[in-house]
Amino acid sequence: MSRQVYLDYAATTFTAPEVVSAMTPYFTQSFGNPSSIYSFSESNRKAMGIARQQVADVLGAAKEEIFFTSGGTEADNWALKGVAWRNRSKGNHVITTKIEHHAVLHTAQFLQENGFEVTYLDVDAEGRVRLEDLKNAVTEKTILVSVMFANNEIGTIQPIAEIGAFCREKGIIFHTDAVQAVAHVPIDVKAMNIDLLSLSAHKFYGPKGVGALYVRKGIKIDNFMHGGGQERGKRATTENVAGIVGLGAAIELTASRMKDASSRVGKLRNMLIDGVMKVIPHAKLNGAPVSERLPNNSNFSFIGIEGETLLLDLDGAGIYASTGSACSSGSLDPSHVLMAIGLSHEQAHGSLRMTLGEETSEEDIRYVLSVLPAIVERRRAMSPLWEDFLKNTQGGK
Amino acid sequence: MYSEKVLDHFQNPRNVGEIENPDGVGQAGNPKCGDIMKIYLRVENEVITDIKFKTFGCASAIASSSMATELVKGRNIDEAWNLTNSAVAEALDGLPPVKMHCSVLAEEAIHAAINDYRRRKGLPVLEGKEYDHEHDHAHQH
Repeated sequence: MSRQVYLDYAATTFTAPEVVSAMTPYFTQSFGNPSSIYSFSESNRKAMGIARQQVADVLGAAKEEIFFTSGGTEADNWALKGVAWRNRSKGNHVITTKIEHHAVLHTAQFLQENGFEVTYLDVDAEGRVRLEDLKNAVTEKTILVSVMFANNEIGTIQPIAEIGAFCREKGIIFHTDAVQAVAHVPIDVKAMNIDLLSLSAHKFYGPKGVGALYVRKGIKIDNFMHGGGQERGKRATTENVAGIVGLGAAIELTASRMKDASSRVGKLRNMLIDGVMKVIPHAKLNGAPVSERLPNNSNFSFIGIEGETLLLDLDGAGIYASTGSACSSGSLDPSHVLMAIGLSHEQAHGSLRMTLGEETSEEDIRYVLSVLPAIVERRRAMSPLWEDFLKNTQGGK
Repeated sequence: MYSEKVLDHFQNPRNVGEIENPDGVGQAGNPKCGDIMKIYLRVENEVITDIKFKTFGCASAIASSSMATELVKGRNIDEAWNLTNSAVAEALDGLPPVKMHCSVLAEEAIHAAINDYRRRKGLPVLEGKEYDHEHDHAHQH
C-alpha cells in the first residue's frame, strides 16, 4: 500500500468511531419522530436534549440558546438574514469582513440586493481585523457585525473578545462564524460577548449535514424555516436526530481533547512550517504567526507554480491538500482571502493549504517534507514566471 | 475530471524547456488569470524542427501546451498557424468546459511565436482569432 496522507482537515474531518457508535441506535432502533407524543419517542427527545446541553457546555451557553441546523452555511444564512430582517426598523447597515467564508459573504451580498448596506472591513497583512476599522465603520444605522472567529484558509484568529465588548457597548448584535474554531480553540460566548455563533459538526469529528446556531437569549431573529414547531418554532422540519446526537457527542469528545490535541497537532504543524520554509526557496507562509492562528493550519505560497498543479502532483504522491488558486474553483480570481491580505495574483494562484488533525503523525509530516520540495522544483523548472522571478531577483541585487 | 490523456501530458509533459537562440518566441496569458504560456521555436526551411514550452498554470494548461507542441512539431510554419484550440482540446480527448481557455492560450502562444518568427524574417504579422479572456472566465461562474 502506498502512503496516504490526509491534510485537509479544515475541509472536513472523518467522523470519530465513538461518534458513529453514539449515532447508530438513532437510525435503526430509536427512530421515532421526536414530535410524536408516545413514549417510544421519549428517548429521542431526551437524546436531543443531551446533545443541546453538550453544545451549550462547550460554548458556555445555556441549552435554550442552541438551535440545530443543517450545518455552518445554514447557521450563517440564518444569523445574517434573520437578524437583518428582524431588526430593519432600527437600521439597514451590516458590517462584515473581506475574508469571511462565502456562506457569510454571499449572504451579505444578498442582503445588499435587498436594500441593506454592507461594509466589508479590510484586514492586515496577517489577516486580522483592526478594531479601529470596525469603530470607524459603525454608524447609527448599524444593526449587525459579523466577523469570523478564525479564518478557514489562513487560520488567523480574530480579536473576538474585543469586537464583542465593543459591539455590546454599542448595542449592536455581534455574530461570529466559528465553524473552524469550535472545539479547537477555547470559546466562551458570555465572556466574549458573542450574540450569535455558527458551528458545524463535520469540522470536529462529527457527521456532515448538521450544525448549530447559538442565539443569545433576548436577541431578536426571524424564524428560518416555517412549518412545524421544531426548534421552538424557529427552524421547522423533523429533526435529524442521529446527526444531532453525533454533533453532541463530537463536540464533547473533541473539546475534551482540545488541550492535548492542539499541542500535539501544533507541534507537527510547526515542524511542517519550519521544514517547508527551510527546504523550499522563496516559500511564503500566508497568515499570522503560529501563536495567532489555528493550531492545525498552514498556508504557503510558492511563487512560480499554480496551485492546482501542486494539488494534483501531491495527489499522485498520496497527499491530500487544498489551494486558493482560481483554477481549483473555476472562477477568474484566486482566493478572496489571499487577495485581502495583499498577495499578488501569482502568489495567490500558487497557494497551498495543509491542515492537520487527529490522525496526522510525525511520519506523515516527514513524508510530505520528503516529497514536496521535488514537486515544487520540478514545476518551477517548467514555469516562465519562475524564470522571470529569478531574473528579477538576481537583477535586483 | 480530466481525461487520461490530459493527465498523461500533465504528468509527463513533452517538449518542456527553452531553445537557445530561438527563431521565434511567443507568450500568451497573464498572471491574473493564473496562466502564462511561453513557446520557443526553431524553424528551418519554413518547418518547425524544434519547439519547447514553459507554462505557469493548472494541469490543463500544462497538458494543452504539451499537446500543442506535439501537434505542430515537424509541421510547415503555415500549417502550424492553422492549429486551433479545439484541435488541441480534441487531441487531449476533451477538456472540462471551464478549462477550454487553456487550449485557447496554447493557440495564442503558438500564434505569438510564429508572428515573432515572421517579424524577425521581415514578413508581415498575421491576425489571429480574437478571444475575450475575461468573458471566457466570466461564463464559468
